[in-house]
Amino acid sequence: MSAPERGGTTTYLEAIRQGLWEEMEGDDRVFLLGEDVGVYGGAFKVTDGFLERFGEGRVVDTPISEAAIVGASVGAAMMGLRPVAEMQFIDFISCGFDQLTNVAAKNRYRWGQGTPIVVRGPAGGGVHGGPFHSLQAESYFAHTAGLKVVCPATPYDAKGLIKAAIRDDDPVVFQEHKFLYRRIKEDLPAEDFVVPLGKARIHREGKDLSILTWAAMVHTATEAAEALAADGVEVEIVDLRTLVPLDEEAVLRSVAKTSRAIVLHEAPRTGGFGGEIAATIAEKAFEYLDAPILRVTAPDTPVPYSPPLEEYYLPGKDDLLEAARKLLDY
Amino acid sequence: MSDSPTTVGAPEIVAPEGLPLEPPRLLDLYWYMLLNRRLEERLVNLYRQGKVVGGVYRSLGQEAESVGTAYALEPRDYVSPLIRNLGSILVKGAEPVDILKQYMAKGTGPSKGKDLNIHFGDLSKGFIGPVSMLGDMIPVMGGVALGNRMQGRDSVCLVYIGDGGFSTGAAHEGWNFICAQRLPVILVAEDNCYAYSTPTEKQMGNRNMVDRALGYGCAGVQVDGNDVLACWDAAREAVGRARSGKGPTLIEVKTYRRKGHAEHDDQRYVSKEELQTWESRDPVTRYEQWLLSQEVVDREQLEQIDARIKRKLDAAVDEAENAPMPEPRTALDDVWSTPRWPHANPNYHDFTKEIVK
Repeated sequence: MSAPERGGTTTYLEAIRQGLWEEMEGDDRVFLLGEDVGVYGGAFKVTDGFLERFGEGRVVDTPISEAAIVGASVGAAMMGLRPVAEMQFIDFISCGFDQLTNVAAKNRYRWGQGTPIVVRGPAGGGVHGGPFHSLQAESYFAHTAGLKVVCPATPYDAKGLIKAAIRDDDPVVFQEHKFLYRRIKEDLPAEDFVVPLGKARIHREGKDLSILTWAAMVHTATEAAEALAADGVEVEIVDLRTLVPLDEEAVLRSVAKTSRAIVLHEAPRTGGFGGEIAATIAEKAFEYLDAPILRVTAPDTPVPYSPPLEEYYLPGKDDLLEAARKLLDY
Repeated sequence: MSDSPTTVGAPEIVAPEGLPLEPPRLLDLYWYMLLNRRLEERLVNLYRQGKVVGGVYRSLGQEAESVGTAYALEPRDYVSPLIRNLGSILVKGAEPVDILKQYMAKGTGPSKGKDLNIHFGDLSKGFIGPVSMLGDMIPVMGGVALGNRMQGRDSVCLVYIGDGGFSTGAAHEGWNFICAQRLPVILVAEDNCYAYSTPTEKQMGNRNMVDRALGYGCAGVQVDGNDVLACWDAAREAVGRARSGKGPTLIEVKTYRRKGHAEHDDQRYVSKEELQTWESRDPVTRYEQWLLSQEVVDREQLEQIDARIKRKLDAAVDEAENAPMPEPRTALDDVWSTPRWPHANPNYHDFTKEIVK
């Protein structure tokens, strides 16, 4: 596969590929490591063509050893490099959990040693991957001080955020939503751009109700917003883009404007990051609210495999419409 | 306890043939071993006075393997110790005063009171402290070696693991990756007979960790861990192999932990006879006897070294005791590269701030 285009009509997957490619071309310190990232080009082909262009020295096929992949990234970062580690599926990050949460996350706090690594991989459901290939892992890592957590929803953000994550001086968990990889396209500028970590984006403006969400759920929220627009309800969708750092101001501004909030995420409810956002709104924007904050999330189960089960598991447009009606009628 | 290699516990040191160490360097080894031991003795005193906040993890009886292996490194090389490898980081230039401040949780210690004992590093001196999860530093040192190789540097890495820590998945993943990549890393696998209270027999089916070298596809050597010259010699060879691109080496050192896991542990699971046996193999005493028998030094010179160490540690303890504790609010600092989050202190509620619409 040849070098990626620069900009143009670009899928979410290709946007990440462009971002990685450009950062590797622009900075010799950036290198890739992971399972099947080289010869095969990655399970989803995100790194297709990288071995041919950048060589074995910068595209490292590793054993099936997530602890070694993340651990070696930490060590290489200490030596001044900018490793980008691929988890073949983000679910497997559990095998590298200790290296991320105890070594990478605490280095700076413990002895002042920054750890600029990116651990990226395909996350999320909707592709019938079953209990081990569908995880949204954000809340494990948002709860670990020292890590940053990024979950883009669009090609523009995927490209801009992967570039920002690589340039960032802290360890970043970068969740790519695999359902979006080849399903959404966007015209991207040809020139270099980054999307800063910690800045939310208003995906759709509205005045009646805020939906605060990230990753593939931004598009589910859009479907609901379009249905509600037919009834004259103007929904505002806030795409958080990064959960750590959280753009608290964007959350509060939107809720202060609409006075009604739905927090939407694909991960299970209990301990999910949505609870954090709901608590933030309750603490800081209580007086602006006209109704309770509602969460629309997956249930507290593993992600099931069979299509009817998975469809039931994932939050959908109808779940949102029901929650929105409750808030509007409150 | 199963059989140890025949060389372990030999009453005398068997100097490697053609030992390329001159007397000043032979005395360096002695200095670091004794500094290691004396510094720990100070830490125990401070611990008993309630001045050490956490535990004290003695390396009594293991000083030779820490010092001997690390002494084979060059300044540009990197070492990652375990809790009992105090001697290794002293060889790499760690200062006793910093270690004392760490144990005493002082705000001006290397980790500013954030972490304890030798859980800190100094890349300029070439040491990277451990985390408590055993085995984690093996993949990290693999990354250090990989990062150096990618940048054309010929630095060698040395990382330690114990008979307990080698049972972890991280240790296996890390060492397997290092061997697959033929990285210039040396793994010192210490059999000190106990992991906390668990004897080595309960950690592994084959007591000799050196046998794993065959499985990993690396060089392997087993040495008497209580013979500082044997440890140094084995590490020197391994460093040479690594530096010349011939790949990693697993060095198994047979030694013995003569104290409990930490000061609170009374070692009730260990027999008096066993302790006496290993006391008779004390690595510092053995090396003293060798130095005297080879007429490298006389007794008086050894005492002068001890006196120099005492003066150094007197000053270090004094400085560490007088160092300030950290300011409480600095608990919020240095989590990310960016400044403190506005909500870093979760118990600070500002109701008065208007949300700008």
